[in-house]
Amino acid sequence: MSGNDRQTALRLYLAVGCGAAVGSLARFLCGYVIVSLLGWSALLATAFVNVVGSWVIMFFATLTRPDGRLMVGPAGRQFVTGGFCGGLTTFSAMSLDTFILLFEGDLGLATTYLVSVVVLSLASAWLGYLMAARFNRLPITR
Amino acid sequence: MTLAACALVLIGGFLGGVSRFFLSGVVGRSVGETFPWGTLVVNVSGALAIGAFAGAARSVGGIFSAELVRDLIVVGLFGGYTTVSSFCLQTLNLALDGERRLAAFNAVASAALCMLAVALGFWAVVRVAG
Repeated sequence: MSGNDRQTALRLYLAVGCGAAVGSLARFLCGYVIVSLLGWSALLATAFVNVVGSWVIMFFATLTRPDGRLMVGPAGRQFVTGGFCGGLTTFSAMSLDTFILLFEGDLGLATTYLVSVVVLSLASAWLGYLMAARFNRLPITR
Repeated sequence: MTLAACALVLIGGFLGGVSRFFLSGVVGRSVGETFPWGTLVVNVSGALAIGAFAGAARSVGGIFSAELVRDLIVVGLFGGYTTVSSFCLQTLNLALDGERRLAAFNAVASAALCMLAVALGFWAVVRVAG
């Protein structure tokens, strides 16, 4: 690995790490607002960040693809996608939440929860894709 | 919700994100990037880890059930490590490329394997420590 390659790799790692730190803090704060302030279920907090993060990653990735409307370098792209969105969303908490529901014997709610969060996240990512693709096609006006 | 908790989540999230980037890169380069094996390995290993941690919090308690340790390890590290967004991006890209079966397989395999991994991690720790 040459010095330049090493520097590029380091920049990418820093971008992902900082983005993931900010995304994780945002998830933590969402949990605080939804659970502690509003008094809603922690299941809802995890579902919320996963659905929002899935929309953001697909919207941003589509907007910044080679033929996209927005030009962003590799580090900036990784900061948002692998970093912020990766940190904001969480597969582990979703799996643990579902497992706890199973452990408590609520098979129906466990299945409904897991399936709906996965399906809603995918649907929200698809929506992000459609919206960004539409932006990409808009004529450039000055 | 304290400043210390926020700082620990930031640190854990940084380390989790960097670990995910590293591991998914290594897996992707060694088995190819057509199917998102990297993200699958990350999410399943993260599920195993969070299950083991929950098992330790239940059967050992002490440091494993301390709130700040939970913020650093569970919220920050495991939360930052695992990802639903990349999973969605890659599943959708498979579907958009016409690989509908692979997309469906990724969705079902991720959910099923992560559930198995949480249960395995939890039971293994409870059995050994409990």
